Amino acid sequence: MKKLVQMFAAVFAVAMALLYLASHLNTTQGYSGDNTLTIYNWGDYIDPELIKKFEKETGIKVIYQTFDSNEAMMTKIAQGGTTFDVAVPSEYAINKMIEEDLLIPLDHSKLPNLKYINPRFLDLSFDPKNKYSIPYFWGTVGIVYNPEMLGGKKITSWNDLWDKDLRNQILLVDGAREVIGMGLNSLHYSLNDTNKAHLQEAKRKLGALTPNIKAIVGDEIKMLIANEEAAVGVVWSGDAAEIMSENEKLDYVVPKEGSNLWFDNMVIPKTAKNIEGAHKFINFMLDPKHAAQNAEYVGYSTPNQKALDYLPKEIANDKRFYPDLDSAQNLEVYENLGKRMLAYYNELFLEFKMHKK
Amino acid sequence: MKSNTRNLYLIPYVLWILLFVVAPILLILYYSFFDIEGQFTLGNYKKFFTPVYLRMTLSSFWYAFLITAFSLIIAYPTAYLLTKTKHKQLWLLLIILPTWINLLLKAYAFLGIFGTFGFANSFLELIGIGRKQLLFTDFSFVFVSVYIFIPFMVLPIYNALEKLNPSLVDAARDLGASWWTTFRRVVFPLTLDGVKSGCQAVFIPALSLFMITRLIAGNRVITLGTAIEQHFLVTQDWGMGSTIAVFLIIAMAIIMVATGNRK
Repeated sequence: MKKLVQMFAAVFAVAMALLYLASHLNTTQGYSGDNTLTIYNWGDYIDPELIKKFEKETGIKVIYQTFDSNEAMMTKIAQGGTTFDVAVPSEYAINKMIEEDLLIPLDHSKLPNLKYINPRFLDLSFDPKNKYSIPYFWGTVGIVYNPEMLGGKKITSWNDLWDKDLRNQILLVDGAREVIGMGLNSLHYSLNDTNKAHLQEAKRKLGALTPNIKAIVGDEIKMLIANEEAAVGVVWSGDAAEIMSENEKLDYVVPKEGSNLWFDNMVIPKTAKNIEGAHKFINFMLDPKHAAQNAEYVGYSTPNQKALDYLPKEIANDKRFYPDLDSAQNLEVYENLGKRMLAYYNELFLEFKMHKK
Repeated sequence: MKSNTRNLYLIPYVLWILLFVVAPILLILYYSFFDIEGQFTLGNYKKFFTPVYLRMTLSSFWYAFLITAFSLIIAYPTAYLLTKTKHKQLWLLLIILPTWINLLLKAYAFLGIFGTFGFANSFLELIGIGRKQLLFTDFSFVFVSVYIFIPFMVLPIYNALEKLNPSLVDAARDLGASWWTTFRRVVFPLTLDGVKSGCQAVFIPALSLFMITRLIAGNRVITLGTAIEQHFLVTQDWGMGSTIAVFLIIAMAIIMVATGNRK
């Protein structure tokens, strides 16, 4: 019994000591008080140098946290208990967050650098007049492929993926809207189609693609394609840029039937504690030089018109990543289809995954 | 007085069970009766009996069975050998050691090992078989799962073998039983409890595996665990996710009863 008490006491003492140490470390690094800014962003989606620079310029300590899906991010913000000051959701998620009253309206007078943003990216249907959100990056969904592994073959369309020569060569991202969307696009339907007959048709068509699919994976897709584990991958444009910087043989194409055009925007969630600092941060990121530095690091396309002047010519003029949006090849933005339709998309995706070779 | 203090000691246990076992199960049961828009429904249960989910259930059980069977085949001789070695504790430690490493790291390591240009394929090429696709196959999925679960199978069997009184084996041999008969009639029946708890410790978590299904099997293997993860994180159809969980709990309870010790 005495031993037991002693053991309890020892464990308790160690726990207290660790607790004290942790809080001590936090205070010495300025993690408490109101001079901090918590940013909630996608993984690997900002140049860390910029955070350092922001901290130096403003004296605000940045806490940086990451998420890997819009849904996970929304759940965390909706449930509270967090103090995220800035978050970076995609367009359909912003729409949903506005509906659910999770965002704080922005004060445009504190964001003078907004003038550098290409008007093409402002006042879009998911957030009219940019009351809640400011563009961060944009991009497309497309096909990254290795011409060498395909014997010099060129891929230009979604339907090229159904080619028998691509047996067991395709990696897909694990996203219901991306994969079902690919099926819809290949049949020339809209990415936001809610007609169940069309969706079933798309699923049947995807079923026929099964022999060509090697795997459906998450972020590992970048590593797998760069290592030539598979010749073809369906990915977001920025991932493609990152893969291509690692393996120069690869090429990226936005399929001619059309594809998804997406925007990730900065917002201030209801949970924010440092609203002043959040505006400062958004304005800091809108500065053309910072936006250019960030775009070069991350690989996605910047909506900042002025920033293009600071980017190396070969990036700014690369039509694969900065396609001409007005002649745009049927690029479509995801709409918020509602929970029920999203569930239906996911169900079809699950059935598609269960297709046996 | 005495019974009072005993009741006092019971409090932490009862609280724990209520808060972390009973309450979550009731919550899951409660959620399983709601559809995606929060309306009361029995639709989730109806949906579970559609071919999609039935096939998923079947394949979950099949893979869990394979994983358990291979774990047992490897673990029993290993545990037996361990009891015969000189530095038992050291060897045992070496088997437990991999469980100290994060599961995700181990899975990522296998991505490299099984890759087209990985170690396993270089070896196959060296011995003249040539490169094969290893990653994203049933083989790699079962292999990695067995690798991950094996310590949980070895430990209970090892403990059971350690507890076995060696004079019983000597007696059997003295009375003329062959090595095989001794094993079949004496050693195995006496270590059956260890085998049972090992199988439970492997089969039940194997039934709800996820993550490895994506990383190693490339979503070519869909288990009930994957579906639950999808429903909670992506679709946000908590009702359907809970319904699958309810069936998993029922399945596990059946397995526990079937392999339990009747005393």
